[in-house]
Amino acid sequence: MMLAYTTAELTSIFTMQGFAGLSLFSVLLLMALGLAIIFGQMGVINMAHGEFMAAGAYTVYLCSTLTAKFAPAFQPYYFLFAILAAFFVSGSLGLLVEWGLIRFLYKRPLDTLLATWGLSLIMQQTFRSTFGAREVTPTLPDWLMGSFKPTETIDIPINGVFVMGLTLFITAAVMFFTFKTRAGLRMRATVQNRMMSGAVGINTKVVDRVTFAIGCGIAGVAGAAFTTIGSTGPDSGSRYIVDTFLVVVFGGAASLLGTVASAFGIAQTQSISEFFLQGTMGKVATLLAIVIILMIRPQGLFASKVRRA
Amino acid sequence: MKMFRTVIRFATTSLCVLLISGLPNIAVVASESFPTAKVNTTGLAVTDTEVTVGQLHSATGTMAISETGSIQAEQLAIEQINAMGGVLGRKIKIIVEDGASDWPTFAEKAKKLLVNDKVAAVMGCWTSASRKAVLPVFEKENGMLYYPTFYEGLEQSKNVIYTGQEATQQIIAGLDWIAKEKKAKTFYLIGSDYIWPRTSNKIARKHIENVLKGTVVGEEYYALGHTQFGSLINKIKLKKPDVIYAIVVGGSNVSFYKQLKAAGITSDKQTLLTISVTEDEVLGIGGENLVGFYSAMKYFQSLDNENNKKFVAAFKAKYGAKSVIGDVTQAAYLGPWLWKMAVEKAGSFDIDKVAAASPGIEFKDAPEGYVKLHPNHHLWSKLRIGQWSADGQAKVLYESGLIEPDPFPKGYQ
Repeated sequence: MMLAYTTAELTSIFTMQGFAGLSLFSVLLLMALGLAIIFGQMGVINMAHGEFMAAGAYTVYLCSTLTAKFAPAFQPYYFLFAILAAFFVSGSLGLLVEWGLIRFLYKRPLDTLLATWGLSLIMQQTFRSTFGAREVTPTLPDWLMGSFKPTETIDIPINGVFVMGLTLFITAAVMFFTFKTRAGLRMRATVQNRMMSGAVGINTKVVDRVTFAIGCGIAGVAGAAFTTIGSTGPDSGSRYIVDTFLVVVFGGAASLLGTVASAFGIAQTQSISEFFLQGTMGKVATLLAIVIILMIRPQGLFASKVRRA
Repeated sequence: MKMFRTVIRFATTSLCVLLISGLPNIAVVASESFPTAKVNTTGLAVTDTEVTVGQLHSATGTMAISETGSIQAEQLAIEQINAMGGVLGRKIKIIVEDGASDWPTFAEKAKKLLVNDKVAAVMGCWTSASRKAVLPVFEKENGMLYYPTFYEGLEQSKNVIYTGQEATQQIIAGLDWIAKEKKAKTFYLIGSDYIWPRTSNKIARKHIENVLKGTVVGEEYYALGHTQFGSLINKIKLKKPDVIYAIVVGGSNVSFYKQLKAAGITSDKQTLLTISVTEDEVLGIGGENLVGFYSAMKYFQSLDNENNKKFVAAFKAKYGAKSVIGDVTQAAYLGPWLWKMAVEKAGSFDIDKVAAASPGIEFKDAPEGYVKLHPNHHLWSKLRIGQWSADGQAKVLYESGLIEPDPFPKGYQ
């Protein structure tokens, strides 16, 4: 099939294909970052994680509607503030949920699964009653749409570049927070040994609450970024949740670096196999590869080194 | 003890039956020309003043997005029929059940409507999966279902009236038009991965290869809810088809068209024909992402005829000026009317008589213009090609003649 094309055409297709893979990588990574903190670091199986993303997406939609109504001149810039708003809305929701639900369940991880699943149903129905059953799309500023053309035949979608930039920024911020700040140190200490951390004077309850809220806030940012790619409906969250867990578990639950590597691996496998095989078969090939690798390495790609009894 | 309960239940039931059958003697109203005993010989929920019908759609869950329009249209039609005096002098009462986007729930609720409520007809279902789930119930309990969605065909039942188009009615005339108008020879078929897109693309492929003598340069399917079409778009760019033929549904639709636009595939460079985008979907996708692309449907909200103007005005008066009407919403609106006409033609609410009276019924006030019921329980209908503009409405460019429904097309299977 490749013989009938000129070298220039093939070069541009492979450039764009490489970009498609990177773009999928950043989407998967952005989805997984919040969960990597909540599930990976805290060990909470948060089934409502997708709904926190949807909450972020709906925040953007709300901002878009309000801007169009009250400050049309502000339209080209509102999106940046909307992302910030999404972080705070989902973050404070997370704070509330941790206070009202999660904190009673740290010692019963399997019950959190059920409780957060119930929470996800409640949140879905709330979205449905508030925003209606139809999917919504915020009006995006023009500079986000369209494509960047380095040559005549190459089109690089700007929204893809934007999501990529955002992912880089959030990843860097999360890494910095976890490994370079006092708060991050306290979080890692609490995760490793709650009793001991308490004994040396760390307020583990506050640490838990803040960590959970930050994870949810990042989910909100992811949801906000996805409004540039797809639409938002009451059940959008459940569309994301499977991929999200897949990335985190495959990477090795407790390792941030693992999450990055796993998102990269899954994205490249999927986008390359989709190109050479067909849509659904590409996904099948990817999942098959993941299953085989997890059979050989049940702890995921990057397992943290712990001494087992 | 169990025996005792059974006896009690039997006694209560017989008492109820006695009470109900006693009612006609007490209530003496209009229906002298159509006495209840005559128009209802099989024990349906029909009194001298009232007839009960069921409505079975998803008001919650994934499909609520799509089914809301149908629910509204059916209720509007029933309200209008009641305002005109009802059916055989009886007002229609609706029992609404929620299938909740879950197919076993659909089957269970269908059984409840037919067995417990004894409804005279059911307006309902949307996806093929839900229809397939309730079909055995309707056939066993002998009910009557009015099904609004355009679908893949390959089905026909005495107990179902299909008010949407079956696949050949929607596909063939559309492909003929695009082949003639755009001199199209190469086609790229894309669909969501389930029965309707796959069956439809199979028909499309046969028609392209055997009748239009064109080539299918690609055919592929993506899981429902898929949102990343980068690789697909690169393949399209590589193969440069004359026409993209798209049957993508649900949330994927939005991502697909947004990403096409972002990758520079717009209508000035690429022809795209879809059979899965109506005004309802455009709300989510955004008209600006579809400008210039074509949809093949039997109905568009912008249709310029007197029936449709009245229908659109009534719909907006009831559901708000911002509401939009898609193809399926209009087809759902036909259901109650077709049922009313069949009942009046039969002079009876009995399911068998209504089914027998249905073929040949003409509905001249249909918003889509004119429809006629075929003996195979599908509708004769026209096919229209609409071109989308940024405001979310379509400009109708082409209208076929009435197309005969053919749910089991020879040479296309």
